[in-house]
Amino acid sequence: MDWILEPWPWYVGGPMIAGVLFLLIFAGKRFGMSSNLETMCAIGGAGKRVDYFAFDWRAKRWNLVVVAGAVIGGFLAANFLSGDTAVDIAPETVTTLESMGFESAGEAYLPNELFATEAFTDPKALAILLIGGILIGFGARYAGGCTSGHAISGLSNLQLPSLIAVVGFFIGGLIMVHLLFPLIF
Amino acid sequence: MKYLKFLVIGIIFGIVMFKSEAASWFRIYEMFRFQSFHMYGIIGSAVSLGILGTWLIKKFKLKSIDGAPIQFTPKARSFSRYMFGGILFGLGWALAGSCPGPIYTLIGAGYLPILVTFLGALLGTYIYGLLRDKLPH
Repeated sequence: MDWILEPWPWYVGGPMIAGVLFLLIFAGKRFGMSSNLETMCAIGGAGKRVDYFAFDWRAKRWNLVVVAGAVIGGFLAANFLSGDTAVDIAPETVTTLESMGFESAGEAYLPNELFATEAFTDPKALAILLIGGILIGFGARYAGGCTSGHAISGLSNLQLPSLIAVVGFFIGGLIMVHLLFPLIF
Repeated sequence: MKYLKFLVIGIIFGIVMFKSEAASWFRIYEMFRFQSFHMYGIIGSAVSLGILGTWLIKKFKLKSIDGAPIQFTPKARSFSRYMFGGILFGLGWALAGSCPGPIYTLIGAGYLPILVTFLGALLGTYIYGLLRDKLPH
């Protein structure tokens, strides 16, 4: 059973994501991890100010239960199902990241520079995490879905709109990593 | 009890996101540098099996566990919202190194600064609601 504690290869992770997609379909729902953000805005009372959030969120409660599960799953995986969580990224990626100042590349699950507790007192790290989040939230709603809703659900159903969105995801990601990262880091 | 199945599905999803390293900022960066097959293998195998399963569900007109026919709603036709929204999402995905699912996984895994990204995502969702009528769709 030691393999459970090791990082899971793509041919385990990918099929299990398809499994989650079908579990939700057979439960009568659809796979999408960003619409819960809309539900949370509605619960917080955003519907009083913005019509977009004026819907009955009670019908979306299942979505928040999936979110609660994802949090619990992350806790279980990190604390009970993992040995060494260092991510074995490609050697040339490590070299590039080290030259950009990411000392923890190849030795941690996430870069300490952004995700260690000290990041809370680093204005640059906070700005990166916040702006990244705003783009994720805004972009997901504008595009009508995120990686799960478009890249997995939508492409599985051969939806052209989802293919356009996924091409957009990659254009955005490539612009960020190749053009903007040299300016940011 | 009707929510228990969604909790279990969420737990499986959270574990898979963490253990497959799809929730790692490093893996997302490596993917956009085309320096590893890992993320492409995850997305490619998930979509391949997804296409096969979705086709089988349609072909055999399978029903969900509550007995209702499974229907797939086609997404509304448009170009601009998917392309512009997609690009903005991709910028955030690469910058914060996580998409919405992994944000929750990382909160559970105890990487607390990701809470800032979570609050940003809520704010971004709210801003979209505010500006929706002014955006090309």
